[in-house]
Amino acid sequence: MSILDVVNPVEPFLRTDRMPHIWCPGCGIGTTVNCFARALIESKVDLQSIALVSGIGCTGRVAGYVKLDSFHTTHGRAIPFATGLKLANPKLNVVVYSGDGDLSAIGGNHLIHAARRNIDLKVICVNNLIYAMTGGQTAPTTPGHAITSTSPYGAFEPAFNLPHLVEAAGAVYVARWTTFHVRQLARSIAEAFQKKGFSFIEVISPCPTLYQRRNRLGDGLDTMKYYKEKSKVRHGAPTGEVGLTMMGEIVVGKFVDRDRADYQELLRAQMVESLGERYVEPSENVCSCG
Amino acid sequence: MQADPRGVLTGTHFIDGDHACCEGALAAGARFAAGYPITPSTEVVERFAARVPVVGGTFIQMEDELAASITLQGAVWGGAKAFTVTSGPGFSLMMEHIGYAAMTETPCVFVDVQRGGPSTGLPTLPAQADMMQARWGSHGDYEIIALCPNSPQECFDLTIRAFNFSEEFRVPVMLMMDEVVGHMTEKVVIPAADQIEVVPRRHTRKSIEDYLPYATNGDGVPEMAHAGEGYNFHVTGLTHDERGYPNMTPQTQDKLVRRLQSKILDAADRITLLDEEGLEDAEVVVISYGITSRVAQRAVELAREQGLRVGKLRLITCWPFPEKRIRELATKTKAFVVPELNLGQMVREVERAAGGRARTFAIPHAGGSVHRPEDILRVIVEATR
Repeated sequence: MSILDVVNPVEPFLRTDRMPHIWCPGCGIGTTVNCFARALIESKVDLQSIALVSGIGCTGRVAGYVKLDSFHTTHGRAIPFATGLKLANPKLNVVVYSGDGDLSAIGGNHLIHAARRNIDLKVICVNNLIYAMTGGQTAPTTPGHAITSTSPYGAFEPAFNLPHLVEAAGAVYVARWTTFHVRQLARSIAEAFQKKGFSFIEVISPCPTLYQRRNRLGDGLDTMKYYKEKSKVRHGAPTGEVGLTMMGEIVVGKFVDRDRADYQELLRAQMVESLGERYVEPSENVCSCG
Repeated sequence: MQADPRGVLTGTHFIDGDHACCEGALAAGARFAAGYPITPSTEVVERFAARVPVVGGTFIQMEDELAASITLQGAVWGGAKAFTVTSGPGFSLMMEHIGYAAMTETPCVFVDVQRGGPSTGLPTLPAQADMMQARWGSHGDYEIIALCPNSPQECFDLTIRAFNFSEEFRVPVMLMMDEVVGHMTEKVVIPAADQIEVVPRRHTRKSIEDYLPYATNGDGVPEMAHAGEGYNFHVTGLTHDERGYPNMTPQTQDKLVRRLQSKILDAADRITLLDEEGLEDAEVVVISYGITSRVAQRAVELAREQGLRVGKLRLITCWPFPEKRIRELATKTKAFVVPELNLGQMVREVERAAGGRARTFAIPHAGGSVHRPEDILRVIVEATR
């Protein structure tokens, strides 16, 4: 067998007819997609059952590159779209794959409410600390002092600590890795497929074109060195202590892994309690459309 | 196909327009609604929340109208028929997703129980001032269908029509109610399920290999697949080709956006529903819709009692605008009189279609109540001169 015959194991999960992708050299989003595909292989989840929903932005383009039922929705609304998809067909494994600006700024309200309801969604949030698609503006995740195109003298608004936010709102599984931690990330995604309820995985990822360059932080490789040197694995770390600073320590690991009834279990229990045998399971009548 | 009897509350009822709308949705096969409370529309989803668990479906109250209007579209791609209900301020928030539904060709229904605006306006009082918003509210070029009931019975009937049109053309359909129609209580007759015609989803029968999500033939409406069936399809709000892949070229844009328009406009004759009376010899035609048509009816009767040759044209379909019919009438009529609960919206369309061949008289009203028949009569008399 020639070396040219070797197939990349993640290739079957990609729409190769859409390559090359739009992501910049050194960008971490492609790495996360690779981890996602490896997690699908590892978890042996039925691919036909997976639907992937993205919002808008660089990470929002993931939906367009995976060979799955995939939905590129509107800015910030991936989670409510995914909610409808999951409730209409509970057999689906619904993954939300989007960026920090999409999920925590314009989509922030949906993020906390989906966590509160404990909708059975696997949310992968690629956090590059910036709005990248639009040219590098300040996001709710941008650390203090960072230079962005809309904070030319340095960002000063306090940033969201996303693991803390979603834990407080009710997520059952919360983890954070960087794009340096490819094996751990793939394992976390596979683990989320075993969980029922709202899972949230934050992936810290470089944007060499906008964030790293403007802040003179080097290129993608320099960022990998930073992630390697400054990341500290602390499973179970209190999420209140995992906030990010510009060049400080990055606490990574699995922070939350707990069980509570998800939305559909709660709904069913309440309806059965109130309606008894009169209650008709929605799943018995999913396709009311002939 | 016939309606699923589980959703059909066959019988004679004394209910308001909001409740009738809910029953229409259930009869049409809607098994999913996402909503957010807003007066004067909330009763529709309140009833749905009570009814749907025993029919087999889901209601979810979302955190806002932005969420509600996209959650329902997720449900549609998951295989359900779905809708949402709102009023002016919520309708404004939903515009983003009316555009998304138009672009992705997601069949769904938006009900707007109109109240006075702008902004918070008159939460408990009627208006018809969202008519242009229904047509043009989201950015870009697109077509929608909008229906306008004038009674609780029509709230039932036209909600079914709205779902049927949405499935047939894969387009968001607006049901443009108003506060009075929503809250007035009248007799509503719900037929047996086998008497209710329901349009099924245009679900593809193609093999996975042969399926192209946005390929069309003939009528310009593509076939749909649902998530979880193995088609591995892609849906995007970006300009896309037949594969559903983003393709941002002027050529693809032109082809796509023109098709989104022509699939509706080419079928306008079939979509246009009108209620006409006394148009044969009419010198003046009163054009109205929704609650205003009930007042206009009285004005037309009073005018006839005076021996004036006045006809009535009620728009049941407001969008696409029935311009062909107006053009025809303009050649044999002296004038159109257009009362509406806004400061002049659909009257502009009448004027445009009339093209100077007949005079057009607007009867504006800022909302909060309805016209008095005498006010309409006065303009009819003026128009006959």
